[in-house]
Amino acid sequence: MKGPATMAPPHGATLLTAWHRHHRCDLAAHLETHGPLPLPVPRDYGWPARLAREIEAAGLTGRGGAAFPSVRKLVAAGTTGRGAVVVVNAMEGEPASDKDRVLLAVAPHLVLDGAALVATALGAGRVVVCVADDRHDTAAHVAQAIGERVGTHLGPPVELARPPAGYVSGEESALASWLAGGVGAPAFRPDRAVPLSISRRPALVHNAETLAHVGLIARYGAPWFRSLGSNGATGTTLVTVSGDVEHPGVHEVALGAPIEEIVARSTPNGAIRAVLVGGYGGSWIDTAALATPYAPAALRGLGAGVGAGILLVLGAGHCGLAEVARIARYMAGESAGQCGPCVFGLPAIAADLDELVRGSPHPGALEQRLHARLEAVDGRGACRHPDGVVRMVRSALAVFRDEVRHHLARGRCRCGDKAGPR
Amino acid sequence: MSSTLLWYASRATGIVALVLLTGTVVLGVLTASRFSTRRWPGFATQDLHRRVSLTALVFLAGHILSAVVDTYVHIGWTAVVVPFTSSYRALGVGLGAVAVDLLLAVSVSSLVRHRLRARTWRALHWLAYMAWPVAVLHGFAMGTDMRLRWVLALTLGCIGAAAGAATWRLRRRWEVRRQAAVHAPEVTRRAGVPDKHLAHR
Amino acid sequence: MTTRVPVALRVDPIACDAFGYCAELLPELVALDEWGYPVVGARRVPDELVALAREAARQCPRRALLVAEADS
Repeated sequence: MKGPATMAPPHGATLLTAWHRHHRCDLAAHLETHGPLPLPVPRDYGWPARLAREIEAAGLTGRGGAAFPSVRKLVAAGTTGRGAVVVVNAMEGEPASDKDRVLLAVAPHLVLDGAALVATALGAGRVVVCVADDRHDTAAHVAQAIGERVGTHLGPPVELARPPAGYVSGEESALASWLAGGVGAPAFRPDRAVPLSISRRPALVHNAETLAHVGLIARYGAPWFRSLGSNGATGTTLVTVSGDVEHPGVHEVALGAPIEEIVARSTPNGAIRAVLVGGYGGSWIDTAALATPYAPAALRGLGAGVGAGILLVLGAGHCGLAEVARIARYMAGESAGQCGPCVFGLPAIAADLDELVRGSPHPGALEQRLHARLEAVDGRGACRHPDGVVRMVRSALAVFRDEVRHHLARGRCRCGDKAGPR
Repeated sequence: MSSTLLWYASRATGIVALVLLTGTVVLGVLTASRFSTRRWPGFATQDLHRRVSLTALVFLAGHILSAVVDTYVHIGWTAVVVPFTSSYRALGVGLGAVAVDLLLAVSVSSLVRHRLRARTWRALHWLAYMAWPVAVLHGFAMGTDMRLRWVLALTLGCIGAAAGAATWRLRRRWEVRRQAAVHAPEVTRRAGVPDKHLAHR
Repeated sequence: MTTRVPVALRVDPIACDAFGYCAELLPELVALDEWGYPVVGARRVPDELVALAREAARQCPRRALLVAEADS
């Protein structure tokens, strides 16, 4: 499966290699760094299966938030013929995430390569790149890259689409629904084994970064990808580090590196109290857990997940509960408004958290009510949005247990941060 | 069949159909506003609304049948559904035909309700608010029995009940839409379904 | 004798508009949360309640209550 071995993949950064080397992201620089796109010769009917096996052997998991084993999605749509659509999800609705924006600014052709490979494997006739309607710079980069590939036979035709921005509008069924001309809101999918479709044509939605990795695996092979990880995880990944750090930003790291090592690259401002892993719908972890390898299996042991590849650092001088309340309030406002438990439950939970932060006249009742509401909302929406909020809040209540007790008893922080919810 | 008998049958079934249609409208408003008490569950309101509407349609069918079959005046089958094509009392019968068309739309769409999109079904169902006043106007235009005091009183009672229920419902709907425009999440506002979860609050 | 297919209740949360008829007709299996929306367990519907469950699904104004084959 190796491409022509014109050059071994450079050590260290891989997604961002062409950029580091040339500070150019145009097609010529891209092909010079990584070599030609290894599309199959005509009538090579065994190629799609070989590509799928290579991706599986590489152990690539989705980089969009659900960490779905990519090969299963590839296989689910089957060889569906010219009507199928490959959707590149570059919506990045997660506020704490910046990786897809960066990736498309410095390596758009890797993403488009991966999309072309997947589309060719499925026999799909169309690729659509979805960029939120408020991300004009990213859209410009993508449009430029698409323009450079016109007439080059690097896969099926690629279009750029601009769905409305929002936390849930990047959810895959929301994207499929919007592309089919409907509302950009998540759909009820009782049987997730049934693939998504756009106007009765099968649609495969992949995160932009996932496809970029496919573009590299197809060239350098699974053993190379496996060699990049550590502690049992494979490959590299992009992580956005933000919060109480001096240099927030996107880093390409080997999966399996300890969390504290990744966070250290952004230089935390003093002592760390906790880190939110995965996204606004992810899990909080304690400082004791910072030595944990950043990899799906290890994070699962902490009740966390890679999610959208974010590490939000909370410094010791800031009130964790105020941050949790702020995030919950934001997430409540981002509900698509389709399901009662989400529409009513999330604002109720946010209100309870505000009361917790300010201090409550009835602390026992508040705690009971909050836990009951978390239980009531979990799993009762059409999409995973309310589930994420529940996970984030539950993990916060565990990690910030002392702060919770203190707030309930005295109505303010030990850490001296009297800011309260913003 | 004696013409006089048919004539009486037509008027009687017409009056009963109007009363039942009025009941249907009131029960429809109660269903949409989720009426229930401790001893009267909500599903019973919907169920009663459906049963009364079916009964109304049966009496309506009887009303139409006896009017058409009666050879004393000529009202052809076409005039039943195509408005203002009757030679006898074009206006009165025409209004009846309009009401029949609207009620056909309402009934058929309800029979295949779950094959339609929710918005489509609701739009067609609201035609009932148009069908009902047209039926009343039909009654006045035909004129025959409005001279009788009890019939007039009954009709005015029906008007009161239905108009009251409809006004109450329409006013609530406008209020809900106004509220929803302020509070609804951005995504649903764009989609045009902002009041989904405020309908009954 | 017909073999009974095990069924379970599911709610389509997008279609559901909190009319609450399901909880009225099937209180053994459906409860309402504090906002009036149905909570259904993932358990199998007992054989004697299957007919009633199907009736409740028919009465739902939004067809949000679903009686589907359970994967036991």
